[in-house]
Amino acid sequence: MLHIILKDVTKEYPPAKRGGNPVIAVDSVSLEIEQGDVYGIIGYSGAGKSTLVRLINALEPASSGSIEIDGVDITSLSAGKQRQMRTGIGMIFQRFNLLGSRSVRRNVEYPLEVAGWKGKDRKDRALELLEFVGLADKADNFPEQLSGGQQQRVGIARALAANPAILLADEATSALDPETTDEVLDLLGKVNRELGVTIVVITHEMDVIARIATKVAVMERGRVVESGETYNVFTNPQTPTARRFVRTVVRNLPTGDELAELRAQHQGRFFTISFTDEGATEARVFAALARAGVDFNLVHGGVDSIQGRVYGLLTIAVRGDASRVREALSTVGSLVKVEEVSP
Amino acid sequence: MNDITTQIAELMPTLLEQTGIMMWIVALALFFGGIAGLILGLLLYVTRKGGILQQPVVFWVISILVNTFRPVPFIIFIAAVQPLARVVVGTGIGSDAVVFGISIAASFFIARLVEQNLMAVDPGVIEAARAMGAGPWRIIRTVILPEALGPLLLGYTFAIIALVDMSAVAGIIGGEGLGNYAVAYGYRQFDPVVTWAALFIIVIVVQVIQALGNLLARRVLRR
Repeated sequence: MLHIILKDVTKEYPPAKRGGNPVIAVDSVSLEIEQGDVYGIIGYSGAGKSTLVRLINALEPASSGSIEIDGVDITSLSAGKQRQMRTGIGMIFQRFNLLGSRSVRRNVEYPLEVAGWKGKDRKDRALELLEFVGLADKADNFPEQLSGGQQQRVGIARALAANPAILLADEATSALDPETTDEVLDLLGKVNRELGVTIVVITHEMDVIARIATKVAVMERGRVVESGETYNVFTNPQTPTARRFVRTVVRNLPTGDELAELRAQHQGRFFTISFTDEGATEARVFAALARAGVDFNLVHGGVDSIQGRVYGLLTIAVRGDASRVREALSTVGSLVKVEEVSP
Repeated sequence: MNDITTQIAELMPTLLEQTGIMMWIVALALFFGGIAGLILGLLLYVTRKGGILQQPVVFWVISILVNTFRPVPFIIFIAAVQPLARVVVGTGIGSDAVVFGISIAASFFIARLVEQNLMAVDPGVIEAARAMGAGPWRIIRTVILPEALGPLLLGYTFAIIALVDMSAVAGIIGGEGLGNYAVAYGYRQFDPVVTWAALFIIVIVVQVIQALGNLLARRVLRR
């Protein structure tokens, strides 16, 4: 079931100087996010992804286009109705944004106060959520007494307090170290699986996408340049931006000095073979090469897990008679994706 | 030496009485000026560009008003507001007029102080409150003021001490109080004992106020 639908959404800011050009932060973006998706939006800073996520809960008004949540166009709601709508959408932030004047428990209670819950119910619900994020023992502490990862978990508990159907995560792990990032991503995965919450993840880190996003949209200069199932974007990126992001996670291609060194050590033509969980196995490919009567060496490569699925890139050096090499490669090319490494 | 001790002992009841008057004037001015300053400062903060109740016209009107009156030296200001004091409190001289004058001057001064302290509130927590569906009034009550409470307490402590200073000038429109007593009976009558005795008391009063302010702020800031 479709949950969030963006149609030709544009966000313009007035020019910084009189007579200047307006700044187009989000440029006719269309997205369809399904119920239960973990939808990743990746881009470099300034790509417009943080603005885009703020359009979904109407923290910023869209300049044009429509944003439907559960079939209701939120861009035309009154201010009061928008506030009401926001109680059904949780949000977490890069800098956690916890209230320093309140204890952990009372931070989690905040959205419940807004939603008009009574004191006792509020307290019980807050403790229940702190239990869920594993911080029940910190209820009476203040945010500054907690580590970054713990603060973000409080942020998640707070965002979930009023039972939202959607959770927006704006660079939620960017201020955390790798280990804590894992903890928080695991927790977001649990929120998605156990509570069925649709999650929109904004990030500039491709490994965050690889770990939790089922679908991904790549943004550049306000536009979505590529989108699809995470695995497909990883194994077959279409745009240079997507390819650059994929390379930050999939480091199995030799480049620069490394490549020069490999060429000095190994003779022949270099090819990179992509293995996905849908194509032929390594064994079949190597057997085919051997049958073709060419000599080959595995010189570089590795296997990654994207969304729990296998993705491998192996670079081989192939030697032998030129026509045989050509023939061998065309045979292998019918089994898996093969590309010659540019000299 | 003995003479001075006797003189101070004789002065004591008057000094204490004048201290009481000074503190009463400061307390009243703090009450009126403090509330008016808080409202003006809050208005400046929420109506400015990018504020939660952005209102450029309101912002500019208050801002110009504050900028016009705040830099006026208090000794001139209190004389200048005399006609207004006659209308509002019924007299242009005496302690009522003094309280009126200090309250007005303090509200402009405190407005800027409040505005500056509120500016230091992390915009991220305000955004978080908005994202949770809170409206502007709730955000002011439950986010902006509580988050700024520590610095605000220190700011108000600073303001109280400025009010003590202002109260000493009030003598020129016939106000009483320890500062004026020191000027009238110490300085003008060439009696350093009176001047120094008054000064000593004022220093103690200021120290106590500052210590209380620091203590409260530390409690709130938990450090």
